[in-house]
Amino acid sequence: MTGSVGAPAERREGREKVSGTARYAGEFPSPGRAQAWPVPAGVARGRVTAVDTAAALAVPGVLAVLTHENAPRLAEPDDPTLALLQDARVPHRGWFVALVVAETLEAARAGAAAVRVAYATEEHDVTLTGSHPGVYVPEEANGGHPAVREQGDPDGAFDASAARVDVAYRVPPLHNHPMEPHTSTARWEDGRLSVHTSSQGTGAVRAVLAGLFGLPEERIVVTAEHVGGGFGSKGTPRPDVVLAAMAARETGRPVTVALPRRYLPAVVGHRAPTLHRLRLGAGADGRLASLTHEVTTHTSRIKEFVEQAAVPARVMYAAPHNRTVHRVAALDVPSPSWMRAPGEAPGMYALESALDELATELGMDPVELRVRNEPDVEPDSGRPFSSRHLVECLREGARRFGWAGRDPRPGVRREGPLLLGTGVAAATYPVMVGPSTATARALPDGSFLVRINATDIGTGARTVLAQVGADALGVPLERVRIEVGSTELPSAPLAGGSSGTASWGWAVHDACAGLARRLAGHAGPLPGQGLDHRADTTGAADAESDFARHAFGAHFAEVAVDTVTGEVRVGRLLGVYAAGRILNARTARSQFVGGMTMGLGMALTEGSTMDAAFGDFTESDLASYHVPVHADVAGIEAHWLDEEDSRLNPMGSKGIGEIGIVGTAAAIGNAVHHATGVRLRELPLTPDRVLTGLLDRRT
Amino acid sequence: MGNLQHRSQTTLRVNGKPHTLTVDHRRVLLDLLREDLDLTGAKKGCDHGQCGACTVLVDGRRVNSCLLFAVALDGCEVTTVEGLSGDGGGEEPHPLQRAFLERDAFQCGYCTPGQICSAAGVLAEAAAGHPSHVTDPAAPSGEPVPLDREEIRERLSGNLCRCGAYPRIAEAVEDVIP
Amino acid sequence: MREFAYVRAGSVEEATSAYASHTGARYLGGGTNLVDLMKLGVEAPAALIDVTRLPLDTVEELPGGALRVGAMVRNSDLAAHPLVRDRYPALSQAVLAGASGQLRNAATTGGNLLQRTRCPYFQDVSKPCNKREPGSGCGARDGVHRDHAVLGHSAHCIATHPSDMAVALSALGGRVELAGPEGARSVAAADFHRLPGDRPEQDTEIRPGELVTGVVLPAATAGLPSAYRKARDRASYAFALASVAVVLRLEDGVVGHAGLAFGALAHRPWRAQRAEEALLGAAPTRAAFEHAVDLELAAAQPLRDNAYKVPLARNLAVDVLSRLTDTAFTGRAS
Repeated sequence: MTGSVGAPAERREGREKVSGTARYAGEFPSPGRAQAWPVPAGVARGRVTAVDTAAALAVPGVLAVLTHENAPRLAEPDDPTLALLQDARVPHRGWFVALVVAETLEAARAGAAAVRVAYATEEHDVTLTGSHPGVYVPEEANGGHPAVREQGDPDGAFDASAARVDVAYRVPPLHNHPMEPHTSTARWEDGRLSVHTSSQGTGAVRAVLAGLFGLPEERIVVTAEHVGGGFGSKGTPRPDVVLAAMAARETGRPVTVALPRRYLPAVVGHRAPTLHRLRLGAGADGRLASLTHEVTTHTSRIKEFVEQAAVPARVMYAAPHNRTVHRVAALDVPSPSWMRAPGEAPGMYALESALDELATELGMDPVELRVRNEPDVEPDSGRPFSSRHLVECLREGARRFGWAGRDPRPGVRREGPLLLGTGVAAATYPVMVGPSTATARALPDGSFLVRINATDIGTGARTVLAQVGADALGVPLERVRIEVGSTELPSAPLAGGSSGTASWGWAVHDACAGLARRLAGHAGPLPGQGLDHRADTTGAADAESDFARHAFGAHFAEVAVDTVTGEVRVGRLLGVYAAGRILNARTARSQFVGGMTMGLGMALTEGSTMDAAFGDFTESDLASYHVPVHADVAGIEAHWLDEEDSRLNPMGSKGIGEIGIVGTAAAIGNAVHHATGVRLRELPLTPDRVLTGLLDRRT
Repeated sequence: MGNLQHRSQTTLRVNGKPHTLTVDHRRVLLDLLREDLDLTGAKKGCDHGQCGACTVLVDGRRVNSCLLFAVALDGCEVTTVEGLSGDGGGEEPHPLQRAFLERDAFQCGYCTPGQICSAAGVLAEAAAGHPSHVTDPAAPSGEPVPLDREEIRERLSGNLCRCGAYPRIAEAVEDVIP
Repeated sequence: MREFAYVRAGSVEEATSAYASHTGARYLGGGTNLVDLMKLGVEAPAALIDVTRLPLDTVEELPGGALRVGAMVRNSDLAAHPLVRDRYPALSQAVLAGASGQLRNAATTGGNLLQRTRCPYFQDVSKPCNKREPGSGCGARDGVHRDHAVLGHSAHCIATHPSDMAVALSALGGRVELAGPEGARSVAAADFHRLPGDRPEQDTEIRPGELVTGVVLPAATAGLPSAYRKARDRASYAFALASVAVVLRLEDGVVGHAGLAFGALAHRPWRAQRAEEALLGAAPTRAAFEHAVDLELAAAQPLRDNAYKVPLARNLAVDVLSRLTDTAFTGRAS
């Protein structure tokens, strides 16, 4: 490779983004375009008995009102959340029961407000408890992980352990809230459907639309040129795209559906609440004998999604006796789904907090405790790691952070009204990769064109893939153009699971390397249309590996807790990662820091409440659901090790989009304990909880 | 369509060009920019003044364009991210735009125009002596407020960024402080 | 949002008479809350009387040393005004502790006073709320109410008033000036907002058609040490969990004047009169502050999930009183 990979190349679409000319899904001018506004169900469970649309249709500018009585019939989707306006059932509050299509946004909103819906309501149950009678053990958790794993005799070993921690944690529901709400514009023309959508993967959107509308995929084009974030919530098609396609077909007009922010929590997935019980038993030397992580979570009545929060405990530490269990209750709640690092984010919060408690119990440094429990092979599978440099991350992080000489005593560092503390936590995220195709073309003018239906949701995919291609071709970066974000391009998987760059990059690498070979054997000038090479990594990218493949990291946090108010401020947050080869230092840093920022939100500010009486999330807007603001983020640093791993993909890269959030909340929570001596086991650590904890400590 | 008393003619100067439109009174500036003028740089993140993605400058002051009825802005001067550089075509970026590029102060880009317009407003406000929540109350009133990192962070807190580009944004703004 | 007529008023008289001649009219100031509520369907005026261009956009000294702030003065200009910063620091600090730079550039002094509660049940038209729809019930009382009132709430409503500015105005002894069909009048800021009682739909003492024309800051508190402090869920751009505004004068080593008001504890800025009385004549010690504040907060009736507000408010008040005492002695906040 010639050296594009790893360089801090500037984002290719950067200029468009800073000048405001980058167009997102709702921003393509389209003559005659109509706007649509959905109507959410006002009850938590029941059936629609009548929809009175007369007043809505009388609103000037309203073109149509779609309800389950008149909406186009769809084939049954695999994803039940997309069976929109197909029947009278209301599976949860906020489920869409009508869609108003109008000439303007104002008319659409006024029309939606004028729709009168009558319901036959049924008793609902939305409250998750550990002892909920409906709790069951599913067949598997998200990602295909078995719900239960057990080795040895965890209970016996726990009882026999010299040092024991038996604790419960709770992570509340969390919302992805990408800055661009889920938006789609659809247009039908001559039996063909074209869609601009805000999605992490247009291939899946096209496949789902083809199924729902009974169209061959060749007659559907889906593009997502720029996507205003997703964080998992745009990983699958969402109601906006189905509703837009229905409304466009029904009205014969292009239609944009931009979901109102307040409606997102109910219809685009959320991180389900998780109740954790951790039991750690260790010898006086700190070596774990027993590790049990049991998770209880919720899902909706229509779709089983089980946050795989006990899975990281199968990867992290050597404990000969262990048990990991997932349980779930199906409630009358919105369907949960992916949110940045599903499983790892809440699971590692609990595991890494419990480990900190064990360190306190043992009187051992929490970095050393982790080092001492470093496994030789992946504990659950027994497979060797393709690479694992957690210990090096911890050591390097400790060095950079100034961890050495830390006074372990909690609650003793005071500066005026502030209590100061530091904390550490480990991070992990699995390496995922999927088959992809790509083409590379050499043009007579000496430039190259790489085409692949990757999606750039802000990760810098365009830039990084061009770097991979340039190196495989052995040419300077500026000679490589790249096209992404459309189903007209060679098919590729979604931007999700931190797998995008690995999956796409592999195909781009193979296409470009193949083209380079072709060019090497080509004599004379290129033909006018250039020379092409197509790659398909099926069979290679999806081959089973003999190795356990994960990225690892370490997080260090310094906090100040105000004893007057209970407010927590993070003065420093530092992450060190071992994530294979870093392909673009500039965009990678932004991703790591971004993940850590979301982790800071998870620790301190973000949380949502399921209202027992009404069955919806109370914090439904951005004034009440507190994503961190500028002022919350003082110093965040991300560093990485030069990790070489030849058992991954041709670039030697691991995913980096999610690991930044994993462990951050635990590091901050552990620092809050170190600062105050109070162990708070429910997130987020808002002033009400922290202050109450401080007062309880005093009495 | 519509009752005449629910629509009015309004004239705005947007990025230096006058526009006279008959607007539905319900039309907010953000929708006017995006739907009527095809200026989609100002973004709709929440539509309720809770995210800052729609930030533009009206008569030189940063505001949430989602909360301003266009009819009430008759005669106002509006500057959006597209017109920030002042050269009309946007060929030569504004120093803030260049700094955001150089610092990689964004990822998905959706909050970026709002961050940039907001930062432009911040620079003007600080120069005009507007204090912030973190300004020392003992600082002399009426004097320009020096913008350190903490000031920048506080003053930009009305612009959410879910990708978490905050540290880079603060650095970018710091780069253009005169 | 329903369609509405729009009238731009050029004078107070034009505004009040336009209001009178349009059924279902509302005054439009900066719109930062009204437009939000119209989008939510909580407010549905038939006409908006735009008062933003009224000549009420100045801060002026009155004979005798008081300061009048026009109702159309934008929040950011109010907070930045040298006379406000120098003489009534609590007011400047309170304004700057609220909302965002963008919102403060649009929001007006009058509008800030008249903003509605951010109770999530009030904002959601699919749920019961006695404030929005009298008689429909209160969703918050048995629902999610961590942010709600601990003082002065009623069976009908537990909402809090969200303004930071109004808390400082109350502590500073400001007055609200009004103009209406029956002429002009003024009301003490501390009495301007109401407790919910059995009429939670009525936030303030304003009468139909009346317009806030300005607020007056009294000469009595001009130049006294004053401060505002707020606790919130994130470092900026969040409503208060609790807040306090304090103005304090020490005379001969004892408290000669004390103005103290809490925010986010009640349906209105909570002027802490019992605490003020207890402070008068007391030596400025931490114990005296704690005693006075406890007297005030003894009336608190926390709900299931908001008991934390009582110690939080206590801590805030004692902290600000202590700091102001230092200021009074040294001339500078510690």
